[in-house]
Amino acid sequence: MKLNNRLIASLALLATVMWLGSAQASTIDEIKKRGHVKCGVSAGLPGFSAPDSKGNWQGLDVDVCRALGAAIFGDAKKVKFVGLSAQQRFTALQSGEVDVLTRNTTHTLSRDTSVGLNFAPTNYYDGQGFMVKKKSKITSAKQLSGAAICVQQGTTTERNLADYFRQNKMKMKPIVMEGNDELFKAFLAGRCDALTTDASGLAAERTKAKNPNELVILPEVISKEPLAAAVRHGDDAFFDIVKWTVYALISAEELGITSKNVDQKIKSYNPDVLRFLGKVPGNGKALGLDEKWAYSIVKQVGNYGESFEKHVGKKTALRLDRGLNALWTDGGLMYSPPLK
Amino acid sequence: MPQIFYSLAFRRHLLQFSVLGIVAALFWFLISNAITNLSEQRIASGFDFLFTEAAFDIGESFIEYSSTSSFLKAFQVGLLNTLLVALIGNIFAVFLGTFIGMARVSSNWLIKKVSDVYIETFRNIPLLLQLFFWYVLISEFLPSVREAEPYLGSVFLTQRGLYFPFPQNILEPTAIALFALISLVMIYRKWRKSNRFDFKPLLLPVVLGAFVLIFGRPLEFTSPMLAGFNFEGGASITPELGALLLGLVLYTAAFIAEIVRSGIESIDRGQVEAGMSLGLKPPLVFQFIVLPQAMRVVVPPLTSQLLNLTKNSSLAVAIGYPDLLNVSNTALNQTGQAVECILIVMLIYLSFSLLTSLVMNIYNKKTAIPGEAR
Repeated sequence: MKLNNRLIASLALLATVMWLGSAQASTIDEIKKRGHVKCGVSAGLPGFSAPDSKGNWQGLDVDVCRALGAAIFGDAKKVKFVGLSAQQRFTALQSGEVDVLTRNTTHTLSRDTSVGLNFAPTNYYDGQGFMVKKKSKITSAKQLSGAAICVQQGTTTERNLADYFRQNKMKMKPIVMEGNDELFKAFLAGRCDALTTDASGLAAERTKAKNPNELVILPEVISKEPLAAAVRHGDDAFFDIVKWTVYALISAEELGITSKNVDQKIKSYNPDVLRFLGKVPGNGKALGLDEKWAYSIVKQVGNYGESFEKHVGKKTALRLDRGLNALWTDGGLMYSPPLK
Repeated sequence: MPQIFYSLAFRRHLLQFSVLGIVAALFWFLISNAITNLSEQRIASGFDFLFTEAAFDIGESFIEYSSTSSFLKAFQVGLLNTLLVALIGNIFAVFLGTFIGMARVSSNWLIKKVSDVYIETFRNIPLLLQLFFWYVLISEFLPSVREAEPYLGSVFLTQRGLYFPFPQNILEPTAIALFALISLVMIYRKWRKSNRFDFKPLLLPVVLGAFVLIFGRPLEFTSPMLAGFNFEGGASITPELGALLLGLVLYTAAFIAEIVRSGIESIDRGQVEAGMSLGLKPPLVFQFIVLPQAMRVVVPPLTSQLLNLTKNSSLAVAIGYPDLLNVSNTALNQTGQAVECILIVMLIYLSFSLLTSLVMNIYNKKTAIPGEAR
């Protein structure tokens, strides 16, 4: 029975939260002892994290986790993925079930403080949107007054939705469900007039429909959703590693290092490149990692741009523009502090 | 060793108190540890959040609620929604279960077989699956709001729920109906005792009714009308509530039917024959001989089924009905205060269960054979 599972899970959480104090080894020591990194990911969001036909996890968020494996062990395969619902994710992280959340999580003040999380740099700048059926002939979110709207539980979207309708003096009826798939089915069946979540999520869900062309994403973006990886409060060393792993992905793109040319680049004369790849030592020691940490990331996972094009870019089913997620030099927001 | 240790009573008490002490110490340790850990990780704790703005909407609610209301209000909405499901669900489950249980001991072959099949089917399919089944059935196979044809003038059965006309002011009529019901019961009891009709108790509802008719608001029915995306006016049962009730009632009724059957079959055949030989007709035998005795067997296990239905209603979150657990899950996510939210929910379900048990135990004592109550 589902209730019982939930109860057991809650009790387990209570118990773990309560016992945490007795054994507080540092996260990185625990990971090294265990031999792999445990990442909490979305259980099925194509392009961000979803298992492919062979059962391998693929996606933009999954790549951040792989990069962590590469940075810590020099092997991007030394990671395990735990599929989490939006509802479960914070408790799973707080209780130590996973080491890090790489699960399209919006960075907000309350999560950064009272939920007890520390956020790595944003790896996808997103915003909340609406999707409707083409035959409804709706072209703007402003026409949605009185509509029934499908929304997933446990997300910032519930709040944004309420705020947006309040601000525009419109009414709506939320249909809130825990499961993403059940929610999408209810939307397709016609239980709701619109489905709302992050724009990237809408694009991802649309690929699951039998006929994606019958679904339209409305132009309004009603919120800022900087999606980022997150760790627990209280372990600065591990937080640094996660933070700089994300920066390394971006920095590699800035420096023009890709998984294909990394072995040529290591012979270059650019001091930034040499420092990045560990030919000139220092960065690795500072983070408590092997000097080749960034080399392993790029060699095995690729840079941010490669990862983006492979999973969510123009050639994928999601067909997303780089937009805000382009490098700052191309008019986007992706910017890495210097790795020195 | 002091003499007192040789006393059996003392040693027994010592043992009991030390176990109690250990349990209390364990709890104290766990709680204080939790508080320290939460503050060390700088995770907010305490119940202050209940009075801050919830900032999320809830699909259906009896009381005035908007996204500017507090979390406390949100919990109240969830609580009332759970109570509604528990109340309606339990009433229907008991009636349906009793009916099917009686059908199972029927001498009519067809009725017996139909109820056999019903029980075996509904009892053996997981409830969560049944809920999904009803929900999909409603949302996939019923007509959309625009295509729906009215039944009986202005009743609409659509994939967004059942819409029907409803009076806008139901307080006065409900009150009068309640008074009328009570007075009818009083008249009936008097008639049973003395075989005389005494209509005096009807005076109050009649006077009250006349008063409301003359001075009260008119009973305005509004009918559902298509406005924008959905129907407006009248009242409606949403597919979430409908599917949840259908699933819970049909599932629990199968269990109750088995309990009722076992109760009826526990009555000795001789009792029925004795009743018949006194010249009572079969319905009277059932009413005065079988049923009162069967109730003694039925009530205790029935109580646990009522509790089950109430607790199972928390599966609502899967199909999107805003019950207590659903609302609490959202609150948990907005605030991150998992321990507090789970504690609130656990306490509420616990008090529901204890309350139901209490009521059913009182009823059980009343129906039990005097002096034999267990």
